[in-house]
Amino acid sequence: MSRLFPHPLLSGVLVILWLLLVNSLSLGSWIMGLFLGWGIPRLCTRMWFENARPRHGWTTVRLLLRVTKDALIANIQVAALVLGPTRRLKPAFIEVPVDIRDELGLTLLMSIISLTPGTVSAELSEDHSRILVHALSEENPEQLIHSIKTRYEQPLMEIFPC
Amino acid sequence: MNPWLEGLICVLLLVGSGFTLVGSIGLLRLPDFFTRLHGPTKATTLGVGSTVIASMLYFTTQHDGLSLHELLIPLFLFITAPVSAQILCKSAMQQRLKTTPKTRGKPWQL
Repeated sequence: MSRLFPHPLLSGVLVILWLLLVNSLSLGSWIMGLFLGWGIPRLCTRMWFENARPRHGWTTVRLLLRVTKDALIANIQVAALVLGPTRRLKPAFIEVPVDIRDELGLTLLMSIISLTPGTVSAELSEDHSRILVHALSEENPEQLIHSIKTRYEQPLMEIFPC
Repeated sequence: MNPWLEGLICVLLLVGSGFTLVGSIGLLRLPDFFTRLHGPTKATTLGVGSTVIASMLYFTTQHDGLSLHELLIPLFLFITAPVSAQILCKSAMQQRLKTTPKTRGKPWQL
């Protein structure tokens, strides 16, 4: 089994993706999905992150819910900023020091920063120790850094330990 | 079709298109490139989200069969949007695009 599916999680996700894509649960779609779940990881073994095995299922779910909630709330704030007078905006470039070492975790952290409204991750430093974040309107950079580190980086470091 | 359900779908569609519209307005009136970047990556989260939920509700109730493949739209969007935003930002920094004078902090020199 483990030789047939070296990355069971990736294979499972691919099967589910395929079933959603064709929007049916017929035998044919299952066979095609399983074939893709077997073939694609086989072709991508070299590209796939070494130890991408998320450990804490519960932490992952909690982080997902938190990101969704933050995105919803902040969406409304950004809408208000966009429609309000533009001279009230206080855009800023902020450097956020990061401790997370795992590559997949770092990718996810930068994606989460971009998806939560009000911030876009602009660049990662060469040595992977700092992220440059552009904020649409930020009064208090210290607080932004603190909230990124505690709300998102902490759980990601638990999920992807080095 | 149940009028309550119909109303709910309408509200979701209106909220969705409203937020998408706000995103586009942001693209139009924000002062510099970096702030304009926030429009499309942002307000679209809620815009796409509620449109997709409306679509799932409509097709699940209209064609008596669970319709879930709309879920793939936000999934792929959430994977690709941050990457394209970062690449745009990176090339903007390399081109040394001007920021509004009020911007605190400096973009990195690439």
